[in-house]
Amino acid sequence: MTTTTAVTVPGAESTRHYRHQKPPRSGIILSVIAWLIGLVFVFPVLWMVLTSLHSEPDAASNPPKFFASLTLDGYREFFSSGPVPPLLNSAMASVFSTALVLLLAFPAAYALSIKPVKRWTDVLFFLLSTKFLPVVAGLLPIYLFAQKVGLLDNIWLLVLFYTVMNLPIAIWMLRSFLAEVPVEMLEAAEVDGAGLLRTLGSIVAPVVMPGLASAALICFIFSWNELLFARVLTATTAETAPVFLTGFVTSQGLFLAQVCAASVVVSIPVLVAGFAAQDKLVQGLSMGAVK
Amino acid sequence: MSTAVDSATGVATGGTAGGGPSRAANWARRAPLLPALLLVILVTQLPFVVTIVISFMNYNAYYPNETGFTGITNFKTVLSDPQARSAILVTILLTVAVVLISLVLGLLIALLLDRRFHGRGVVRTMMITPFLIVPVAAALLWKHALYNPEYGLLNGLLRMVFGPGAVQPDWIGQHPRWAVIFAIVWQWTPFMMLILLAGLQSRPMDIIEAARIDGANNWQIFRHMTLPHLRTYIELAALLGSIYVVQNFDHVFTITSGGLGTANLPYYIYQTFYTAHDYGLASAAGVIVVVGTIIISTAALRTVFSLFKEQSR
Repeated sequence: MTTTTAVTVPGAESTRHYRHQKPPRSGIILSVIAWLIGLVFVFPVLWMVLTSLHSEPDAASNPPKFFASLTLDGYREFFSSGPVPPLLNSAMASVFSTALVLLLAFPAAYALSIKPVKRWTDVLFFLLSTKFLPVVAGLLPIYLFAQKVGLLDNIWLLVLFYTVMNLPIAIWMLRSFLAEVPVEMLEAAEVDGAGLLRTLGSIVAPVVMPGLASAALICFIFSWNELLFARVLTATTAETAPVFLTGFVTSQGLFLAQVCAASVVVSIPVLVAGFAAQDKLVQGLSMGAVK
Repeated sequence: MSTAVDSATGVATGGTAGGGPSRAANWARRAPLLPALLLVILVTQLPFVVTIVISFMNYNAYYPNETGFTGITNFKTVLSDPQARSAILVTILLTVAVVLISLVLGLLIALLLDRRFHGRGVVRTMMITPFLIVPVAAALLWKHALYNPEYGLLNGLLRMVFGPGAVQPDWIGQHPRWAVIFAIVWQWTPFMMLILLAGLQSRPMDIIEAARIDGANNWQIFRHMTLPHLRTYIELAALLGSIYVVQNFDHVFTITSGGLGTANLPYYIYQTFYTAHDYGLASAAGVIVVVGTIIISTAALRTVFSLFKEQSR
């Protein structure tokens, strides 16, 4: 430690380490503010997890008991209320629609970047514009159609709807990844006489695998979160996890620990997928506009 | 100039210039795109057309015998119905308030996270977490665990700090709209922050360093270099945020069930169609939402397009 760093004690470490140009004191204050804001934002989530592990009387105490004894009763109570079929429905709708999205979006993105069709920008922006129209305006005709063909309360209807809901996002994301595939590799494949499927499968897919994975995770999150269509188009058989959660909208006596346990359980898949896709999250949310 | 884009467009124009065989070649080129494109058209565009048709009809599932075309009656009803008018105003209020607040917060946090400090990655992860809670679950969390007047955390903290005599407001009852707005802001600030942080990190650092060496101070750099560079990103964040928030249903449904003057247009449409079964009226309201969002989304498309051109240059 040199004498100069000794003067600005707490900031010395970071200042030296990162070669700051700002005065260290304001640097420390800004870092502390950043940490505080981060804690404020994450605190409700931590509180949700903590409350889910308290007994109902402790969870409902005012002032709050931060250090009450922990129990899994909230989770036991939640799992005894029958959430497994809805969770499985959600898993099915999200996984199948995501698989379908990739199956359809991958060739489409190929036709919009590597071997582009005529007016490919128009097609891209048409796809984007469909995401900007509020889904609620198309809800009624889809409901009437499902009613007519007997697809109400059928999970496959949600699979179809979620596939279309996510296709534009996936195509936009995959297109930006495919644009990075070296042309030489594609030309070599063409010279070797490789067909479309072989080119996609053995040349393009390995290069864009990370992009494909994050697109899949983002589509999974959007499908898993969806409430409005699931609520209108399903009843008891195909009910999804968010629809099941709406059963907690009205208060029912001491049930806070159970509500928090339910919220934690239903959110876990999204948290896992979201943290896994962290770096590509912006790209997905902005339809690939921001890298 | 990237070679990928050049050679790709070169091939495309080469294909169109050719005569006979290019027709088959064009279809071969289109084939991988068609399944996805047709499906999107079928499931997103067709229902809108049907919605427009139904919006001009008297169509109520409870009175099937009275079904028929009525011209613009539904639009007149929607625009004169106090509930529908309130829903239009609430939609605008929710969207503007949520987008402005989360944009300002997101910008401040993005600026804080653009600096290097110990635990920056941890703080970034903490910031993203609210966005990764299922919206219904997040709304339940705010409704029951935070806002509840008897056992919610907000009043609990007030009692902890100010003792047993502390004020115990009924947050949702007294400020229903703000209760909904803040619950949405909590989830959307991370979104704004992520886009703006990506914008900050795409600044040309060498030019900023040069300005600093030339004696520009932090405020001058922010005002004259960072902010102009961020403009597109701020626009994009605001427009995409608006598009998502205009459509918000989960928070309104969960926190207030559309009561206390918080019903927005998506909730109004849901209610008119799902509870009242007035399909004609619901469709007219749907058409109004679409017209409203077309205005926002045209601007959004333009912004995306300018970023798109910048990147493929």
